[in-house]
Amino acid sequence: MSKLLTTRRSVLRTGAAAGAGLAMPTIFTASSVAAFTNDPTGSSVTLGFNVPQSGPYADEGADELRAYELAVEHLNGGGDGGMMNTFSSKVLDGTGILGKKVEYVTGDTQTKSDAARASARSMIEKDGAVMITGGSSSGVAIAVQGLCQEAGVIFMAGLTHSNDTTGKDKKANGFRHFFNGYMSAAALAPVLAARYGTDRTAYHLTADYTWGWTQEESIAAATEALGWNTVEKVRTPLASTDFSSYIAPVLNSGADVLVLNHYGGNMVNSLTNAVQFGLREKVVNGKNFEIVVPLYSRLMARGAGANVKGIFGSTNWHWSLTDEGSQAFVRSFGTKYGFPPSQAAHTVYCQTLLYADAVQRAGSFNPCAVAEALEGYDFDGLGNGPTHYRAGDHQCFKDVLVVKGKENPENEFDLLEIVEITPRAQVEYAVDHPMFAGGDLGSCNGGA
Amino acid sequence: MLGLNQRDTKFLLIVIALTLFTPILLQPFPADSGLAQFNAGYPDLMQRFAIFGIFAIGFNILFGLTGYLSFGHAAFLGVGSYSTVWMFKLLNYNVLPGLVLAIIVSGLFALLIGYVSLRRSGIYFSILTLAFAQMSFNLAYSVLTPITNGETGLQVYNDDPQILMGENGITTTHFFGLKMNASHIMDVGPWQFTFNFGYYFCAVIAILAFYLSLRIFRSPFGMMLRAVKSNQQRMNYTGLSSRPYTLAAFVISGMYAGLAGGLLASMDPLAGAERMQWTASGEVVLMTILGGAGTMMGPILGAGFIKYFENIFSKINDQVLHGWFAFLPDGLENALVWLLHPFVGKGWHLTLGILFMLVVVFLPGGLVELGQRIRNMFRKKPKADNDGSHKPQQTPHVAE
Amino acid sequence: MDVILLQILNGLDKGSAYALIALGLTLIFGTLGVVNFAHGALFMIGAFCSVTLQRILSWSFETIDPDKTDFLGNPATVKTPYVVEWFGESTGLAIIDWSVPLAILFSIPIMIAFGFIMERGLIKHFYKRPHADQILVTFGLAIVLQEVIKAFYGANPIPTPAPSAFTGSFDFGLLLGFAENTIIYPYWRMVYFAFSLVVIGGVFSFLQFTTFGMVVRAGMADRETVGLLGIDIDKRFTFMFGLAAAVAGIAGVMYAPINSPNYHMGMDFLVLSFVVVVVGGMGSLPGAVLAGFMLGILESFASMNIIKSFIPGIDQIIIYLVAILILLTRPRGLMGRKGVMEE
Repeated sequence: MSKLLTTRRSVLRTGAAAGAGLAMPTIFTASSVAAFTNDPTGSSVTLGFNVPQSGPYADEGADELRAYELAVEHLNGGGDGGMMNTFSSKVLDGTGILGKKVEYVTGDTQTKSDAARASARSMIEKDGAVMITGGSSSGVAIAVQGLCQEAGVIFMAGLTHSNDTTGKDKKANGFRHFFNGYMSAAALAPVLAARYGTDRTAYHLTADYTWGWTQEESIAAATEALGWNTVEKVRTPLASTDFSSYIAPVLNSGADVLVLNHYGGNMVNSLTNAVQFGLREKVVNGKNFEIVVPLYSRLMARGAGANVKGIFGSTNWHWSLTDEGSQAFVRSFGTKYGFPPSQAAHTVYCQTLLYADAVQRAGSFNPCAVAEALEGYDFDGLGNGPTHYRAGDHQCFKDVLVVKGKENPENEFDLLEIVEITPRAQVEYAVDHPMFAGGDLGSCNGGA
Repeated sequence: MLGLNQRDTKFLLIVIALTLFTPILLQPFPADSGLAQFNAGYPDLMQRFAIFGIFAIGFNILFGLTGYLSFGHAAFLGVGSYSTVWMFKLLNYNVLPGLVLAIIVSGLFALLIGYVSLRRSGIYFSILTLAFAQMSFNLAYSVLTPITNGETGLQVYNDDPQILMGENGITTTHFFGLKMNASHIMDVGPWQFTFNFGYYFCAVIAILAFYLSLRIFRSPFGMMLRAVKSNQQRMNYTGLSSRPYTLAAFVISGMYAGLAGGLLASMDPLAGAERMQWTASGEVVLMTILGGAGTMMGPILGAGFIKYFENIFSKINDQVLHGWFAFLPDGLENALVWLLHPFVGKGWHLTLGILFMLVVVFLPGGLVELGQRIRNMFRKKPKADNDGSHKPQQTPHVAE
Repeated sequence: MDVILLQILNGLDKGSAYALIALGLTLIFGTLGVVNFAHGALFMIGAFCSVTLQRILSWSFETIDPDKTDFLGNPATVKTPYVVEWFGESTGLAIIDWSVPLAILFSIPIMIAFGFIMERGLIKHFYKRPHADQILVTFGLAIVLQEVIKAFYGANPIPTPAPSAFTGSFDFGLLLGFAENTIIYPYWRMVYFAFSLVVIGGVFSFLQFTTFGMVVRAGMADRETVGLLGIDIDKRFTFMFGLAAAVAGIAGVMYAPINSPNYHMGMDFLVLSFVVVVVGGMGSLPGAVLAGFMLGILESFASMNIIKSFIPGIDQIIIYLVAILILLTRPRGLMGRKGVMEE
């Protein structure tokens, strides 16, 4: 274990001679010892992988951990190098980061913002992690991002889809590769309009917490802009397991599309319930009734089984993409673990490479230098086409996949088929877009 | 001393000494050794030990003395956290106003809930408190989002008023300028000890809280509460109304929980709604019973035990396991890792569950009983503990 | 009118799950006096009996199909279930399709055995211990059980569809003279409701009309006297524990198609089922059933848009609100005996 230097700003270090507990203290102001929190001084650097290992998202967390391990292996020169070979930046050479071997610590977020912050703090304070990454829900991502800002380490967000992560809760030390609710809506709405017509009436069921609200706001705005009506927006309690009483009134409302702004277990249950009610066989207003799930997770969609067939949604990445980067990643992940990676695995793998690459280019682990290297950075070869890390809000801009539940899956992983790859230009928005307004990036904090 | 008899004074001094040397006691392994994984002497966890210690001490005043099992105490913890963070948002990062407000608000909240819930006893009381707490949690997570910031948790933003925060005000929680995250790191040979101001701040408050609860336990008021537990009916027949006493105990323990919540937010300025969930209430029940309900030290031990598991065991992954057993031949190493794998890292809940069951089955008096048994084993002569008198009494079978 | 009918239907369906869980819970409490926090876990294990049977029935052998490729571009393996091989395509697939109803038969012996082991191995030692200890140990057991399930089946929900004969929904509205599509209800949920009525009726008639049941009821009323009559009441109570476990188990089996089972579904139901039991009255079987259906219906009404627009967030708290109101006005619950658990 390397030297542990803890919390920011006022860290005072005392060197005491071995055995002499009360030796002459040599007190330095922090800045003269280290320029930033957890400056790796040894031959290795520690990254903190903070993922849900218990609770409903544990399987997603496990997949993220697999991808992290793979990324660390590749960074240290092991394996087949995965996407490092297809990445447009070539500064990573398989000798770790800046010549330091990459090590990692793991923690359990429990999908609770409290536990996630405790786990992240222990990584920073105890294990000397210089970067924290992970998460499988927006509340946790935002909470940990705030912590990293205060502690002066970089946070590379994992799966977080809420507009707020790079909107009203954006932080200078936080970076998001994953897409968001606005992008989902902007990509999905035109496809829906093309398939189902512009004369549709939508009924929204929304998970009653911040992610659900931003998702609902985004998709309602995007579909209404194309001529749809929104008849009702109903908030469902997070703890719901049975959505029957929310779904039963849908047919009576005059709506002919049901939008499920749910994720994870909520999504599996609400979709299963909706299909049980036979909504998809009904004809309303002379049109076939349709169901839409704006954010798909293949891993969770498996829980809904055959119910996903034919249902539209969006996703950040899918293993069936045929570009070089995606294929390299699927090959190296699939060979190691025996099944294809999920979108969560992909985004955290990318984030790890992007961080390593930024450190390498900046020539320093200093969060401010790393942030500068990431800001406004253009890259390619990580599976989503040409991608841009915007300086104004630390959000990645890239193509978005519109997908549909596959009618005839060939194997248990073959659940979604890509309907359209929406070009990046179509999902871009201004930094001060109303749905993202109110936040303040602040300035980067290197700790110490 | 301080209104305590000699024995309690000694007890208190031991507790003070243990608390002050925690950063050393919890860091028994050299920083470079493989066992450093088990070190717990870093600020966040030490703070949590102290804070959840306060929470459990407070809970014990209610449960240990009166026997009323509240399943909604986390609500007060959450309310305390929210009050403190709101003070940060409105005034500045000084923790004092926040902590004071946390105690007041949680006290009022406890008064309200206690007034209603204490009309019933037994499991009905438990369910009532549980219902109130779950309502608070569900509302905090959804419709009360303007006040609580819902899923994300309440935090301080750059554009918050913070009216007392001058131009160059401190941007981290502090106590009149002493920053909570200020740490002093001491290297002694291969060992490394971290002395963190935030921890000592919590520790001093925890000692005060402990002292106060010791006084309550030994006071006539405490005696009255014990009477409620042993036979409320008889107490009523003697013409005493038990309600004011139980309500006072409920409010005091609610204020302890609020204080703990406020301290949590002071160490890390974020208040998440999950703090109020029933599982969080269940956790403090587990802490108290695991450590030994009704004893002075038990709840603190229980709190430390659970928090240690949550934070240390969950971080042991296969890589770490392989690191430990690297000296063994490959086959044996893999076998051991395979064997231990389900119990560490993502399996920490499983280990905790098994340990709960073992403790409850074999040590009805909790960890304190374990300590007593070990002590008696060495002394060979059984010695009645000063806390033995208020261990949970056996309840008769309901069908008897 | 149609909206109200629809929500009553919904409530009955929700309520049947609550009632079944609460029935077992209160059976254990009424006979053995044990507060069983692992009861939700028993429900969960029941649901996973469905999953397990489905897996067993679709046990497959693999053949390599050179025409197809898997996600890595290697030749794909094709799985053929043994039942298809043995019984032919149509019979084999039908057996797999019907795995959930078949799982009832599969789960009853498992759950009874499980209940026996649990009672004899663990609960037995806790009769004389405080309720707090019982809560703690059964809560610990619940954690262990769900973590074991998680270790074997993962954390994600596992799809367990109902037989395809029951897909789709029935139009009640047409039957009652409303317009088309106003009151529709899925077939499987109606099956679940009917099933719960059968189980509840079965348990009641078992207690009411058999000698065994009579002795058990006598034991619930006055355990000591029954013991003095020379009846080994403990043995019967142990059996009742097994029965309660089986009721929770089959409730879980049949629930699997409604919501895909996951390892923490037991905890989701636990708090709720306790509220149901207390509202119904501790130890009262009819009370538990009544409270289950009542809370189910109220919950459904609270989720109506009109009511939500009137009182925001009411659907989040309705159950607890009702529990508080009932406990304050009628402390022993709807049908409970006075004085139970009030010490």
